Amino acid sequence: MDVLANLALGFQTAMSLSNLFYCLVGVFLGTAVGVLPGIGPIATIAMLLPITFGLPPVSALIMLSGIYYGAQYGGSTTAILINLPGESSSVVTALDGYKMARQGRAGLALATAAIGSFIAGSAATVLVALFAPPLAELALRFGPAEYFSLMVLGLVASIVLASGSLLHALAMVVVGLTLGLVGTDVNSGVARYSMGLPQLADGIGFVVIAMGMFGLAEIIANLEDESQRSAIIKSVTGLMPSREDWKRILGPIARGTVLGSALGILPGGGALLASFASYSVEKKLSKTPEQFGNGAIEGVAGPESANNAGAQTSFIPMLTLGIPANPVMALMIGALMIQGIQPGPGIITEQATLFWGVVVSMWIGNVFLLILNLPLIGLWVRMIAVPYHLLFPAIMVFCAIGVFSLSNTTFDVYLMALFGLLGYVFRKLGCEPTPLLLGFVLGPPMEEFLRRALVLSEGQASVLVTEPLSAGLLAVAAVLLATVLLPSIRKKREETFVAED
Amino acid sequence: MGIRNPRDFWAGAIYLALAAAVIWIARDYQTGSTARMGPGYFPTALGSILALFGAVSVGRSFLKPGAPIEPIAWKPLALVLGSTVLFGVLLDRLGLLVALPCLIVVSSLASRYTRPDLTSFAALFGLVAFCILVFVRGLGVPMPVIGPWLGG
Repeated sequence: MDVLANLALGFQTAMSLSNLFYCLVGVFLGTAVGVLPGIGPIATIAMLLPITFGLPPVSALIMLSGIYYGAQYGGSTTAILINLPGESSSVVTALDGYKMARQGRAGLALATAAIGSFIAGSAATVLVALFAPPLAELALRFGPAEYFSLMVLGLVASIVLASGSLLHALAMVVVGLTLGLVGTDVNSGVARYSMGLPQLADGIGFVVIAMGMFGLAEIIANLEDESQRSAIIKSVTGLMPSREDWKRILGPIARGTVLGSALGILPGGGALLASFASYSVEKKLSKTPEQFGNGAIEGVAGPESANNAGAQTSFIPMLTLGIPANPVMALMIGALMIQGIQPGPGIITEQATLFWGVVVSMWIGNVFLLILNLPLIGLWVRMIAVPYHLLFPAIMVFCAIGVFSLSNTTFDVYLMALFGLLGYVFRKLGCEPTPLLLGFVLGPPMEEFLRRALVLSEGQASVLVTEPLSAGLLAVAAVLLATVLLPSIRKKREETFVAED
Repeated sequence: MGIRNPRDFWAGAIYLALAAAVIWIARDYQTGSTARMGPGYFPTALGSILALFGAVSVGRSFLKPGAPIEPIAWKPLALVLGSTVLFGVLLDRLGLLVALPCLIVVSSLASRYTRPDLTSFAALFGLVAFCILVFVRGLGVPMPVIGPWLGG
């Protein structure tokens, strides 16, 4: 079996003492920062990214993945304990998780989330191992036209699945694409939009934008409304689910895993959509739907599993196509490129150790998450209790030093402040910054693939629609866009995202 | 006829301004042909699309009513961004030992719960020590601890 041999290679890589260590540190740091209220996974990863620069690529990616799961799990902990979801996909967890915590069942809710995440994560890891290689093989046959269309589809899908106004989401993608123009044009060597500044000749750093728009802008927004949070829960007891509980959570976990795995591959809010879908499925299937919203354990088990499965399978398009399914994956691509590795279909064959090492470490990361989090819940509870006014200056310090360390220049610190301002203004105007980030990452490769496609077709733009595969991808994008514009679906979509708020 | 949706209006205005800048600067870059795109081709195309979105957004703001823009939190905005810039300015000249405390103190003024009490000062000293130990000593980030103006 090919897969088994590959997994063996992966185990060899991931089980090396140093990689195990980085995975553990990643999961620990990710959870520690992720539980801090007001810091989502994107800000967490952006903040911790510079720590991984000195590591070899495999270890760096393993540690980053660990940070990602840790941050996600940390976000769920915060959602359950103080009803403050750090990111949109734990909004659903907060619905019933927080109710459970208020009923004195916080330990059970946290354990359910951890167990559900573990089972879902393990299943999704197998899916990544099974499906990534054939997808990469298919992608190797893609020409530039197919790639361009695939990226268009990716961007459109991310908009459709994101919340907020469609027009502004589209515009934010284009703003992101435009920001991606800054820097030296690879074909002509012209330094575009660099304003004569040598620091901009290599383009704007991805981390600078992420930290500005998600780190600083989030801090400003949080300081706007400084109501004191009440961390009522002092100690958490009663972790282990009873036999009765197990019976109730296994079904939701299984269904959540399937839903999450499928939706996680989609660009955009895959994980978010998955947790919403899982919640409504469980509510429909339940014999006691009235319990949902009042502390139903199924309402924690299902969405948490879906969420984590989606987080795992979103690695598939990132590792095989080089296309980020969400901003976190965009950060991962940025991190890989800093390490000198171009994500894409070649990665599985050319960087087999890296690919399989990361896949196996996903599973190991989930094991760590389980054994680390349940005993350490006391520590997380104490971290949550740290008041925000002591917390945010520390976040700013880590952002500032982190951004400086990217290329050891204070220029990036100023640039981060500028993007903090931009991010805050866009937030005020109701424009979500997430599509901007995806556009920024995909901009340069899109231009490159478009150019190549048109060179090959001798200037016939019709190549994008005459090549069957490319035409198919564009057609899917067009259908997606058209369906969102249909009045009935539009209304439904708005309702869904209103419920989220 | 007035603006009925200020959010749409101002977002659209930003798109239009950005689009104009993008297209204006791209005039200096060769456009080339569709088969051989120059460095100006893609930017001009993007700028035009953005201008279109901007126009739609501004146009829509006169037709469809929408929520007003919530008040801007000037104090946190100025202190958070200002302290970040201040950190950059001070780091190059006076070094980390001055820049970090300034960043922490100035930014923390943005919260109304900040008090000059023992906890705050302990956190300040702990954070500065942590950063110097971990980032400068441990990870080797080349930041001057004591800057050139102080003879570092």
